Amino acid sequence: MLHPQVAVRPEPFGALLYHFGTRKLSFLKNRTIVEVVNSLPDHPDVRSACRAAGIDDDQLAPYLHAFGVLVTSKMLVAKENQ
Amino acid sequence: MTAVAPVPRLIEQFEHGLDAPICLTWELTYACNLSCVHCLSSSGKRDPRELSTRECKDIIDELERMQVFYVNIGGGEPTVRSDFWELVDYATEHHVGVKFSTNGVRIDEAVAAKLAASDYVDVQISLDGATAEINDAVRGPGSFAMAIRALENLKNAGFKDAKISVVVTRQNVDQLDDFKALADNYGATLRITRLRPSGRGADVWDDLHPTAEQQVQLYNWLVAHGEGVLTGDSFFHLSGLGEPGALAGLNLCGAGRVVCLIDPVGDVYACPFAIHERFLAGNILSDNGFQNVWQNAPLFLELREPQSAGACGSCGHYDSCRGGCMAAKFFTGLPLDGPDPECVQGFGEPALAQDRDKPKSHLDHSRSGGRKGPVPLKLLAMPAKAPQKFCNESPV
Repeated sequence: MLHPQVAVRPEPFGALLYHFGTRKLSFLKNRTIVEVVNSLPDHPDVRSACRAAGIDDDQLAPYLHAFGVLVTSKMLVAKENQ
Repeated sequence: MTAVAPVPRLIEQFEHGLDAPICLTWELTYACNLSCVHCLSSSGKRDPRELSTRECKDIIDELERMQVFYVNIGGGEPTVRSDFWELVDYATEHHVGVKFSTNGVRIDEAVAAKLAASDYVDVQISLDGATAEINDAVRGPGSFAMAIRALENLKNAGFKDAKISVVVTRQNVDQLDDFKALADNYGATLRITRLRPSGRGADVWDDLHPTAEQQVQLYNWLVAHGEGVLTGDSFFHLSGLGEPGALAGLNLCGAGRVVCLIDPVGDVYACPFAIHERFLAGNILSDNGFQNVWQNAPLFLELREPQSAGACGSCGHYDSCRGGCMAAKFFTGLPLDGPDPECVQGFGEPALAQDRDKPKSHLDHSRSGGRKGPVPLKLLAMPAKAPQKFCNESPV
């Protein structure tokens, strides 16, 4: 799920993420990934959230990479940490 | 940055502007205890029309609704406003983060302790020389000691990661390593930005701006230290010196597209370096709020249209620098669709050598009589002068 200090601002291209703790800005560069990010709390893991958003398995790699980046930058945190 | 399926490049999205700025600069007052020779906003005296506490809070409410994540507060010296801390607290309580720039005049031990207790306030101390000699020549006598005292207070209070903000000049470009060491010594991050010929900077730019050789030196230093140093993405005019992407950050003029300036009277300009009627988009009080100005001002809509490369169209480096800084061209009297005055391919120099008409801003809040060292400010009593004396209208 999103870190509680992260705000999401919808944009025509996707969304801006801002982390008030780390002061870092990130860009979600399409609307599909915005949908996945917002739906993360309803899914056990990223893969199933992506599938629910209609992302086929052969398109999954760039999304998994993107989520890896968001985890590294603490934009996303595991639910049990909350 | 998060790369996913192919979409138009982010830089192209930004060129068309966003529904709200990513961040903006907000100068809270034209009053200042210093009188720096390169002041972008020609600050010194308070303007009698400056926004009230209530008006400032209304703007913060609007920024919160628009999800402007943070504001860069400056001036003048913002901390001399008597409601400064009230406004900082109000902004952070309303999900608008604050970074403020100060010369350090009010950062005593008590203030440093208060700042150390806040999670959402960043502090940026301005310093334009790593030694008192070089700093004070630009910022005024005693200003180096004032900034160092502020940094010491912040460090002693346990404030984490203050910023030291340096405008790179011909005199201090050799001190970049010293600035870095100074920042490391105070647990601070170094931020270096470009000297702009804006405000009083127009009067000293010819003598203070780095030489062509120094630009290369600066570029190489930035490429070597880029990760640990902030630049406000202000050196994009240098990006043609190397491989695309060698210079960290977003290499694009964000004026009116992703950034803007709110001045102390609520006027909105395209960027902090463009306080001139040509770049005045509107006024928050008289034009129905900030959102309306940002989204509908004819100037901003114009800036979000594709810009002509003009004389730079045939240059192979145009994709890197995009013609450089609009304000730098404007205030040195160069055409906006031509090379930057500090063009790294050398195209700015012949343009500068020609007869130029340097546009003067309609605003000048400099104290008359020049600089006599730091001035003790008494802001409670209004000067008993007619208001129009504050704004020297230029006939140009």
